[in-house]
Amino acid sequence: MTAVEDRPTTEAPEREVGKARRRKEDARLITGRTTWTDNMVLPGMLHLAVVRSPVAHAKISSIDTSVAQEAPGVVAVLTGRDVADEQGSIPCAWPVTPDMVNPGHPSIAVDEVNHVGEAVAVIVARSKAAAQDAVELVDVDYDLLPAVLDMEEATGQDPDLCHDHLESNRSFHFVFDGGEAGTGADTDQVFADAEVVVSRRFVQQRLIPAFMEPRSVVVQPQGDNYTMWSSTQVPHILRIMLAMVTGVPEHKLRVVAPDVGGGFGGKLQVTPEEVISLLVARRLGKPVKWTETRSESLMTAHHGRDQIQYIDIASDREGNVKGLRCRILADMGAYLRLVSPGVPVLGAFMFNGIYKFDAYRFECDGVFTNKTPTDAYRGAGRPEATFAIERIMDELAVELGMDPLELRRKNWIKAEEFPFTTVAGMTYDSGDYETATQQALELLGYDELRAEQQRRRESNDPVQLGIGFSTFTEMCGLAPSRVLGSLSYGAGGWEHAAIRMLPTGKVEVVTGSTPHGQGHETAWSQLVADRLGVPFEDVEVLHGDTSVAPRGLDTYGSRSLVVGGAAVVNAAEKVVAKARRVAAHLLEASEDDLDYTGGKFSVRGTPGSEVSIQEIALATFAAHNFPEGVEPSIDADATFDPENFSFPHGTHVCAMEVDTETGMVKIRKYACVDDVGTIVNPLIVEGQVHGGLAQGIAQALFEEAVYDADGNLTTGTFVDYLVPSAADLPHFDTGNTVHEAPGNPIGAKGVGEAGCIASTPAVVNAALDAVRHLGVRDIRMPLTPERVWRALHDGGDGGDRATAGTNAYGGAQTETTAGVSTPQSALGGDR
Amino acid sequence: MIPAAFEYARPTTVDEALQAIAAGGDDVKVLAGGQSLIPVMRLRLAAPETVVDLGRVAELRGVRDDGDAIVIGAMTTHHDVMTDPLVQQYAPLIAEATETVADRQVRARGTFGGALVHADPAGDLPAVALALDAEFVIAGLEGRRTVSAGEFFVDYLTTAVEEGELLVEIRVPKLAGEWGMRYEKFNRVAQAWSIVAVAAVVRRENGHIAEARIGLTNMGSTPLRATAVEAALAGAQASPETIAAAARSAAEGTSPSSDLNAQADYREHLAQVLTRRAVTAAAGL
Ligand SMILES: Cc1cc2nc3c(=O)[nH]c(=O)nc-3n(C[C@H](O)[C@H](O)[C@H](O)COP(=O)(O)OP(=O)(O)OC[C@H]3O[C@@H](n4cnc5c(N)ncnc54)[C@H](O)[C@@H]3O)c2cc1C
Repeated sequence: MTAVEDRPTTEAPEREVGKARRRKEDARLITGRTTWTDNMVLPGMLHLAVVRSPVAHAKISSIDTSVAQEAPGVVAVLTGRDVADEQGSIPCAWPVTPDMVNPGHPSIAVDEVNHVGEAVAVIVARSKAAAQDAVELVDVDYDLLPAVLDMEEATGQDPDLCHDHLESNRSFHFVFDGGEAGTGADTDQVFADAEVVVSRRFVQQRLIPAFMEPRSVVVQPQGDNYTMWSSTQVPHILRIMLAMVTGVPEHKLRVVAPDVGGGFGGKLQVTPEEVISLLVARRLGKPVKWTETRSESLMTAHHGRDQIQYIDIASDREGNVKGLRCRILADMGAYLRLVSPGVPVLGAFMFNGIYKFDAYRFECDGVFTNKTPTDAYRGAGRPEATFAIERIMDELAVELGMDPLELRRKNWIKAEEFPFTTVAGMTYDSGDYETATQQALELLGYDELRAEQQRRRESNDPVQLGIGFSTFTEMCGLAPSRVLGSLSYGAGGWEHAAIRMLPTGKVEVVTGSTPHGQGHETAWSQLVADRLGVPFEDVEVLHGDTSVAPRGLDTYGSRSLVVGGAAVVNAAEKVVAKARRVAAHLLEASEDDLDYTGGKFSVRGTPGSEVSIQEIALATFAAHNFPEGVEPSIDADATFDPENFSFPHGTHVCAMEVDTETGMVKIRKYACVDDVGTIVNPLIVEGQVHGGLAQGIAQALFEEAVYDADGNLTTGTFVDYLVPSAADLPHFDTGNTVHEAPGNPIGAKGVGEAGCIASTPAVVNAALDAVRHLGVRDIRMPLTPERVWRALHDGGDGGDRATAGTNAYGGAQTETTAGVSTPQSALGGDR
Repeated sequence: MIPAAFEYARPTTVDEALQAIAAGGDDVKVLAGGQSLIPVMRLRLAAPETVVDLGRVAELRGVRDDGDAIVIGAMTTHHDVMTDPLVQQYAPLIAEATETVADRQVRARGTFGGALVHADPAGDLPAVALALDAEFVIAGLEGRRTVSAGEFFVDYLTTAVEEGELLVEIRVPKLAGEWGMRYEKFNRVAQAWSIVAVAAVVRRENGHIAEARIGLTNMGSTPLRATAVEAALAGAQASPETIAAAARSAAEGTSPSSDLNAQADYREHLAQVLTRRAVTAAAGL
């Protein structure tokens, strides 16, 4: 056996961690020559198309499927009634309060529809086209009920009810009170004693995750076993939940997330369509596929954000903040999905940001409306919190006549104060807000831009300039299992990894943290290459298949590297420890006398005596010459459960031009310095920051899911749901400070959400800074040119937008997404 | 996102195309670049019985010099229009506006004629054709007729092209004298349609504006001329003040819609600002 003999036995390989490696998975992902779920074709596969409700709220009085049943190529048509006994309820894993009300969420509506786009029947046909053709042939009669669309009305006097079998539109009332928790002073008292109180109402508009690859599911029955391929972020969670919902035993289910084209939280879900596909495959004993259209995706995949925030901040005249009080209405939409209620609760511990408050109280009502359910979207709860605190700090600065940065500096946690336990009870691990801020100001060219702003003001330039800050932190690395337990979450937050040493010296790494575009294969290879001293190319990362990676909790909440990567590193350490015993045997030395560097064991003080980990892998495979009583394997696995979250932080600074004639805003310059702990791959970090910034800026300037008065989603295509492209975004000047996270062996803090969490308030603060002197106090997101213009000319926050879709495509979006038009939703608005 | 089934014809000449349309049944749709038609079919807002694909009708492609006019074939793609030397020389406004249409992929397929017949109020080319006093040559089984831009745009998504007819070419008169042109488009993201846009064509004569033609995009169900501004500018001094004063009447006689991007009053405001900017630039100020 000479498999490893031709390896050069020169000096130790170059260190991988810190290298800006191009991602090894990208070539196949970008060209699409890969295993996207919709690329799968199985013999005899049937195709599903879902008949969806065109109305927001109604009783289903009758469904006639007879014509559709007869249509060419149609195999079956199933209604909610047909599967009522077996479909269970889409699970909600996060009962945030003991008395949380969950109305139940059938995958196919049985008696009542509660949002436009809800499934009312499924067509099963021999081709996708045949299934689609038959959708129009299903005749459903609806008895309309009033649509509940406005959270403030829904929680006001005598509201219409979203679910008439419930007593109110409230799902839960969650409270965190620092005084009661013992983490702070009595909030009411602090406010009563305060010299200055500023109160604001902020609106977090509804957003759509808008992942690139539409959702797709394939199910193959095989005897009493089922394999599901799904474009999901969470194959492991999906498997458990499908077993619980449908009664197919867990060990009879295999779930595969092949390559997945993005999710942003939008595929952190157990979807009705996944349940429906499994039910149909079980009933018919045939493989089935469902792939959504973009319109279906925008209308029915879960949405994100959607909060109304009432924020009060108390301080003294000198600008020392004292208390923070947050009252939140969080729109759940029509049903509770996997972690819908948990999203605002994840924010509950972050509204205080990086500042030292004496007192803090957070309360949140989860509210039902007749809209698509909301759930996780990049940042999940933390962007909302960060927006509120970073906006209210600016408002307080204005009230006090202070520089917004001075106010922040006066109140933030100092570098020497870490670890620091906040008024919300979180222990921030490490960081230095001052240094990050200084670097960001330099990157921006702050002084010059301030001078230009002054000149523009003095000359009454129609284009005004503003500068806005966001000095943010977030909690990442979901999550310590015990903490999740204390918040009533239905699962733990550990992660699993296994390493298999192959006879030829190659390495298989199995991760439970399933990627959907983040670059795990590259980063994990870098981690393992360093620990095992093997070439980067010799590491293969396996993931996403519950029969290959049996244990895992998948990818969300910036957890992969921090938790999943840590498990990989720990598994590698175990491999090395096992290999050490074999090395000692082969080198005829004591384990204690061995040095290990660059993947090689050598006997201290005996030059030339060395054995590489690849050679040990081969020796282990042969097992001819093995230490007595030791099992012939150096493979290892590890499960990592962090003790604390990690807390990335950073300073984001945006310079914004506002054309006061048209209301058009344009980012002039954007600089940010993020501390995400140890950087394993700078290119991936940069990419995550850029993507996050794009999405955070998109919330500030472009994106909003708009419903009309009947509950039709009028931003139902990408013509009206404006996702910015590179052409619409500025160059980003990014930088880093590095304070290692103490809570994991890598020292990483998580970067997946940072840009998205931090950027939104910086952008809005910048726009306001440009026009405050013209009397503008607030502008609602997204800052459409019309809103900015209205705020400038009429005062107020720019107000509601007209809800009609634009007339490009002849107003097609309303018709297709809703299927109906009423006087209020007439196509093309008031034309 | 799968269109309903349809019959398909792919003629190679205008005559064959007209016959295919006549033979196609009640609901025939002509397919040019497909950039507006295909989405509508995929959304099943249109389910034509027959689609007549003009992709192989070579005589409908290209730009030629016809003495006092340049003639653009209906099937000339946006890309080919934009990069054509005759267009750049005699009607740079068309090139400028076409560059703002969508993205490269759409411009590689979408056609000048298709965009004009589609007559989307938010589309960029109708107002440009109107400002340039273009003429439209329409062919039917009975022969050809020519209509002016003013007559061509009839209503929302409706033009003078009747059932059974084809738009074959667009004649753009060459302009004599010292002309300046500018297309001011206002939209939120790079590849979007216009919220409002203004096409200005201005002839200058010793410091004065001899003639101004101003086309408005998305200020009503059809493209419109800002006639009040044109009247105010005719013979006026070419100064920022006169232009600004004239531009204030840009929204007169318009009836813009209200939608997600803008309510009517804001569109009216934008029309004024953009008219001022477009005319100022076209006047070389
Ligand atoms: C993403 C996207 C963005 C866009 N952005 C813009 C934009 O910013 N500005 C803009 O102006 N446009 C925009 N468009 C539309 C684009 O300009 C289209 O190319 C144009 O509207 C239609 O041209 P087409 O050749 O594709 O026509 P088709 O879609 O093939 O046809 C359109 C209509 O015209 C009819 N038709 C076409 N040719 C003839 C003919 N010769 N005789 C009779 N009837 C005919 C068809 O039957 C159909 O009803 C955009 C399109 C897309 C997809």
